[in-house]
Amino acid sequence: MHKPREDTPTLQDDLRRLEEIVRKLEADDADLDAALALFEEGVVRLRAARDRLAEAEARVKKVVEQADGGVELVDLDG
Amino acid sequence: MSLPSLFGDGELPEELSVAELNRRARSAVEGSFGGAVFVRGELVEFKIWRSGHWYFTLRDADASVRCMLWKQQAAGVLKRHGQPPADGMEVLVRGKPTLWEEKGEYRLTATDIVPTALLGAKALELERVRAALKADGFLDPDRKRPLPPLARRIAVVTSPDGAALRDIITVARNRWSAVEIVLVGAQVQGEGAPASLVRALGLVNRIDAVDLCIVGRGGGAREDLGAFNAEPVCRALAAVRVPTISAVGHETDVSLSDLVADARAATPSAAAELAVPERRALVHRVDGFGVRLAAGLRRRTRVAEERLARTGDRLHASLSRMIEARRGRVDRAAAQLDALSPLRVLARGYSVAQDDTGRVLSRAADFPSGRQFRLRVSDGAVPARAE
Repeated sequence: MHKPREDTPTLQDDLRRLEEIVRKLEADDADLDAALALFEEGVVRLRAARDRLAEAEARVKKVVEQADGGVELVDLDG
Repeated sequence: MSLPSLFGDGELPEELSVAELNRRARSAVEGSFGGAVFVRGELVEFKIWRSGHWYFTLRDADASVRCMLWKQQAAGVLKRHGQPPADGMEVLVRGKPTLWEEKGEYRLTATDIVPTALLGAKALELERVRAALKADGFLDPDRKRPLPPLARRIAVVTSPDGAALRDIITVARNRWSAVEIVLVGAQVQGEGAPASLVRALGLVNRIDAVDLCIVGRGGGAREDLGAFNAEPVCRALAAVRVPTISAVGHETDVSLSDLVADARAATPSAAAELAVPERRALVHRVDGFGVRLAAGLRRRTRVAEERLARTGDRLHASLSRMIEARRGRVDRAAAQLDALSPLRVLARGYSVAQDDTGRVLSRAADFPSGRQFRLRVSDGAVPARAE
């Protein structure tokens, strides 16, 4: 059975947060400490986003129904 | 003499003018149908008035109803069907039940009349299904969900050995490979196709972490697309929990599944383009964030320094220690950003091997004997060859 991935942030989450971070950094109202904290988080998110973009080959699977009513994903040949 | 004595005792009903009665009756009639309906029957007493409006009666074995069709619509009916209907013709009328207030007469205001002889059984069924889906709100534009910008797992409901699946995989791989395609096999044509598609669409809802569903098939003759017009298939598509793209591989005909899905694509390849973002555009976007992060911080620290300089003579010793602490943090942050730049890594004495397309060669298997490649160093690139 496939592991749910909801617990780790996705590329979409990273991009959304990066957008927020740069907007806040570019706005005038945060103080230096807040700006630094934003920057530091931004660097972490940026690195994560780059790692995700470097991910490899597209996977192709197919759904197989189990006798117990569950579904399983198996690699598709070819 | 007072009203109660005229009508006897008991609770008095509300008194209405005739106009008010008819106004309320009209509102009740129109409200209870909630829009247009199709009515099939025999057309009789057809008459075109001097005003250009059409009047006729529609009847079947049990009942009849007076109908009218405005002059403006009449022109459209003539254009679509060639000639005005004649008495005795079996027709399908599209219209809204209403009440003519001046006369207190109930009637059907028609917007179209189609002789059923002109309609094949399939076209009639198509109209029926479309009307049923519309009545249940499945065709509302407001119901359309936006497609996820970065789908990671895409369920593809199609034939396991059709061109549609191959096209989708090819396009997805060319755009951005870090996407997972999950085939949910279904029969897409022939008698068993609707039931097979319904079952497959139901399965989609049972797969974990699906972001998007594409349903479709490669191009085919019009007759072959019938399954995508079937009512159970359209309802199963509407019940898919994630956004859907319908791609039945036909440029000219729109299937009902196209209307129910959140997005329509002319071909499976076009669906994959809608579903999978382009890696290059994403890399560009991420790089842009890096530049903006650095610029944002640089401007902030400059503003902070200027502010401190202006008030410097009034600073307390403890405050200046705080500034020093922050300075350390700024320096560390800047170093982190630098570390993200590939050029900085090269400056430390590392080099990167690339092929002539710029792809990074990182494994021993990338270097068969005799292979030519480029070695990227901090101030340029040198040609190299594996021995």
